[in-house]
Amino acid sequence: MINGMIVDKSYQAVTGRKGEIINKAMGVDYSKYERDGIVFDYEALMNDTGYTLEDHIRIQREHNVGNTPVFELKNLTALARKYAAPGKGARIFVKDEASNPAGSFKERRAAASVYHAKKMGYKGVIAATSGNYGAAVASQAAMQGLKCIIVQECYDSKASGQPEIIEKARKCEALGAEVLQLSVGPELFYEVLMMLEETGYFNASLYSAFGIGGVETLGWELGHQFMDRYGRHPDVVVCANAGGGNLTGTARGLIKAGCPAQVVAASVDLKGLSMASDKQFNRKSFTTAHTGFGVPYATDPDHSDVPRSAARPLRYMDRYVTVKQGEVFYITEALATLEGMEKGPAGNTSLAAAFSLAQEMDQDQIIVAQETEYTGAGKHIQPQLAFARQNGIELLFGNPEDEIPGTNIVFPADPGLLKARDADLDHMRASLIRRQASHAAGPITDADVAYLVEETKSNEAFVRKVLETL
Amino acid sequence: MAKKNDWVRIHRNVLEPEQRTGKLPEDTKQVPLEMWVKGRLQNDTAEIGDEVTIVTSVGRTEHGKLIEVNPCYELNYGAFVPEILEMENRLRSALFGGDQA
Repeated sequence: MINGMIVDKSYQAVTGRKGEIINKAMGVDYSKYERDGIVFDYEALMNDTGYTLEDHIRIQREHNVGNTPVFELKNLTALARKYAAPGKGARIFVKDEASNPAGSFKERRAAASVYHAKKMGYKGVIAATSGNYGAAVASQAAMQGLKCIIVQECYDSKASGQPEIIEKARKCEALGAEVLQLSVGPELFYEVLMMLEETGYFNASLYSAFGIGGVETLGWELGHQFMDRYGRHPDVVVCANAGGGNLTGTARGLIKAGCPAQVVAASVDLKGLSMASDKQFNRKSFTTAHTGFGVPYATDPDHSDVPRSAARPLRYMDRYVTVKQGEVFYITEALATLEGMEKGPAGNTSLAAAFSLAQEMDQDQIIVAQETEYTGAGKHIQPQLAFARQNGIELLFGNPEDEIPGTNIVFPADPGLLKARDADLDHMRASLIRRQASHAAGPITDADVAYLVEETKSNEAFVRKVLETL
Repeated sequence: MAKKNDWVRIHRNVLEPEQRTGKLPEDTKQVPLEMWVKGRLQNDTAEIGDEVTIVTSVGRTEHGKLIEVNPCYELNYGAFVPEILEMENRLRSALFGGDQA
């Protein structure tokens, strides 16, 4: 009941009220960023939060977030050089984001959202997430004294849950959150809208400008840490890519730190598996940082729980590579056994790519995997691989090229077989251009073209060529 | 039997198969959208399988079928996976050479 009226809670009615619910649950009127034609003013959205990079740094320091160490992985570098051409094999570094209070970089995304929610007088926060973001929001809500609800996609129709997600539920509950678990399906966002309407809590969306602004500190720190320690910038920064926020925020922070590093996206290749399929849900061994999110969110950022996503990775991506599940498990084991660091597998997606990309680079160059994540029961290579085997997935050594998602997991028979494979970035750019152009009410204008160039980090000739194919 | 204020877990179907959206794979369309949540039991007493009301940790009222009383976490490190030891051996000998296992 709202204002004494019976509220229609059917799927159509609730999703029909999306704009109104989000406006109330975030205090952001997204319609004011819409311009003529298909243009949407992204920088206005990012600047309107009222929080500058300096504010994010202050809020994060006040809540024990960020300022995480960077470690050089000398043994992994030495191993990569054994498989590289003479003179090749860049120095590999990792930023230990697992040392944030809830164990991942996601706390950078959560801190300002929770801070802002509190400032605006909301009593609690809600986030839709099966991943580390839930723990991050729960942690910040605990620290800042707000209530918290996390909505997870967790189980298939046999009530069998991904061990990694069940661990995340445990952690969120340990941090005082209510965890609402759902079976497979995109109607998760419908449930979130109902929760927002019922509680009047703040929508701590992964895709808000507060969240993405918060990740800018990561890139900013990277820029400064390398200058302070080595008197130079890193050459390549690899970001795991799912919803696009990690890459977007990091790249924006690098730019603000004056760091010209190439920004590479890395996703686990889950080609062929449907993300919304009940039967395939437990045949995947990664629940995040995979192509099932990475590609659709890159090409169509605006299909999340906010009308316009602040995560727009194609604006910042120089290259997009994929790695196989077996390769990420393998590099996770390598990080433990060769570097003495036991971390969660999904957080090592960028490290797997960095191990391969380092071999293309000169020895005096620097490549950074910009995150790690915490590990524990459920969220660790042992239970995740045991779960895969229990679900009929074959585990074998060989060439990861032969890995078929949902059928097998292929660990590299030797380290030289671990390869970051280039995804077709121009294809993704073209897909974004076609999708956004299809929303145009009239003919495409010069302003529309300029906007599409920005959206895809491309050029006018490229955009016009794609538009000709419409 | 569960008593009032016991910490319990409930289950409910949020959408029946025919109420789900059109953009789903065939297998997902055949099954309901289900929900699980924990909270304090509001009924004076209840048995597993009863329709009950709870209050969650944020103070929200929910309803559904009682499925667990004093729910516990059963996640662990899973069955032994010999391939992990094999990866370790291969990685150590690839870097350091010889018999490092």
